[in-house]
Amino acid sequence: MKIAVCVKQVPDTWAEKKLREGDALLDRESADGVMNELDEYAVEEALQLIEAHGGEVVIVSMGPDRAAETVRKALSMGADAGIHVVDDSLAGSDAIATSAVIAKAVEGKDFDLVIFGSESTDARMSVVPAMVAERLGWAQVTFAQKVEVAGGDITIERATENGSDTVTAAMPAVVSVVEKINEPRYPSFKGIMAAKKKPVDTIAVADLGLEAAAVGTGAAWSAVNDFAARPPKAAGTVVTDEGDGGVKVATFLAEQKFI
Amino acid sequence: MAEVLVLVDQVDGAVRKSTTELLTAARALGEPAAVWVGPGISDAAIATLCEFGAVKVYVAGDDELAKHPVAPAAEVLAQLVGEVTPAAVLVPSTADGKETAGRLAVKVGSGIITDAVAVAADGDRIVATQSVFGGSTIVHSTVTHGVPIITVRGNAVAPEAAPASPARVDVTVALSDAAKKATITGHTAAVKGGRPQLTEAQVVVSGGRGVGSADGFGVIEALADSLGAAVGASRAATDAGWYPHQFQVGQTGKTVSPQLYIANGISGAIQHRAGMQTSKTIVVVNKDPEAPIFELADYGVVGDLFTVVPQLTEEIGKRSN
Repeated sequence: MKIAVCVKQVPDTWAEKKLREGDALLDRESADGVMNELDEYAVEEALQLIEAHGGEVVIVSMGPDRAAETVRKALSMGADAGIHVVDDSLAGSDAIATSAVIAKAVEGKDFDLVIFGSESTDARMSVVPAMVAERLGWAQVTFAQKVEVAGGDITIERATENGSDTVTAAMPAVVSVVEKINEPRYPSFKGIMAAKKKPVDTIAVADLGLEAAAVGTGAAWSAVNDFAARPPKAAGTVVTDEGDGGVKVATFLAEQKFI
Repeated sequence: MAEVLVLVDQVDGAVRKSTTELLTAARALGEPAAVWVGPGISDAAIATLCEFGAVKVYVAGDDELAKHPVAPAAEVLAQLVGEVTPAAVLVPSTADGKETAGRLAVKVGSGIITDAVAVAADGDRIVATQSVFGGSTIVHSTVTHGVPIITVRGNAVAPEAAPASPARVDVTVALSDAAKKATITGHTAAVKGGRPQLTEAQVVVSGGRGVGSADGFGVIEALADSLGAAVGASRAATDAGWYPHQFQVGQTGKTVSPQLYIANGISGAIQHRAGMQTSKTIVVVNKDPEAPIFELADYGVVGDLFTVVPQLTEEIGKRSN
């Protein structure tokens, strides 16, 4: 089988994030770029599927030049090839435009599955996989905590607010995975060396048959009016436990009418 | 006044609290019209929608709609958007809700804003407030193309009753073949233990690295039960296998915004703060006086959670008798 895995370079999960004055876009320069954590689970799931069923894994990423590091990381985990969409016109793209770019990048290439992490740690919208399924007209099997493939069908356990649903579809399908699905592998030294020789196709927006005017800040269908740092919280009361810490908290909760 | 479509979030035919919040928010933007997708609408459900101000209830009640995830609700909403040209579409910020909103945005050619904590009319535009980067930044945004599609986070808006007498309008939608490509074949209910849903709870009691073991969560659960609270856990605790992943609060887990959040043995790394920073009142119990979580505390105790928490549980028991 042939699997595409979509990965995104995001600011380090542990770094403080901020918007830039002026264009209100996420400041991606002030923090190290890393592979979105949930995408590592997507790569891992794809690798496990081809280890069981045979095939190849192609990494797809949209992002500036340095996002190539993230594509390389996925290749060092064991993926076979990469497609990196790089174009100055992409800066500031909203989820709608992003989904259009990704749909164009994967369609017509005989993929059985396109796998995503269920959200990115920067934008946290969780909408791109569903949008890509909508655009491609493929089955949407997302928020998977378990994936099984058999006889041309994919069956997942979809994590829901109330437990989980079993969802089945014929492939091709768009998948997103949640954290509990697996434990992503670390790239081995051998994997890191091998990744340097793997093919990465670097393409521009025009190569996908999309107009530059259809992506980026100018084409975004929502806009930030203004933003501000949250006002700092007024300092609270902190006491040291002298044997009555629990009683003191209870008194505070009573004053606040919680009990 | 234009209608504001509100997608009803329901469990087994019962209207979830998030819907009453969305109906309350919708009243500031236009006339709330609830949209029910799937079979099983009851008089009680309609009464709840009515109590919170729905002037119309669109019912797409075909059995087929509940057999496939996400896409059917997007198609019902897309059809209604075409028919009534609403002022906005409000959808709950659940996984299903966000994905429905995403598909709808592509279908009807509209911009989308997710995880709003407030919505307001400003002249002829709608302004959504978002609390991003773990609550460190407040953003005001507007959809600039098409009918605004906005998902609203649970517990962000206080539901207020405003009884209306809604007209029921039955809707027939011919699902596309694409919407039928994925089929729900089974359902496994979460083991509940009688506690409220983490993202809906008014009070959340969480444990982190300081809890030390799966058994240690017993004192966290006991405190939660004394307050009728949900239990949460930091990533350190879920990664260690002490508590199930579905209860993880943080950047890679759930985002909660309860009235009261009690953090026990949690240091307060950005990873965790991102999921709970907007809680209205925060109480912290931690051995380490330098733990960054104390910066968020309305009330903090530097001490061993295994003495402070059981004493607090006992005291709550005494005071409620």
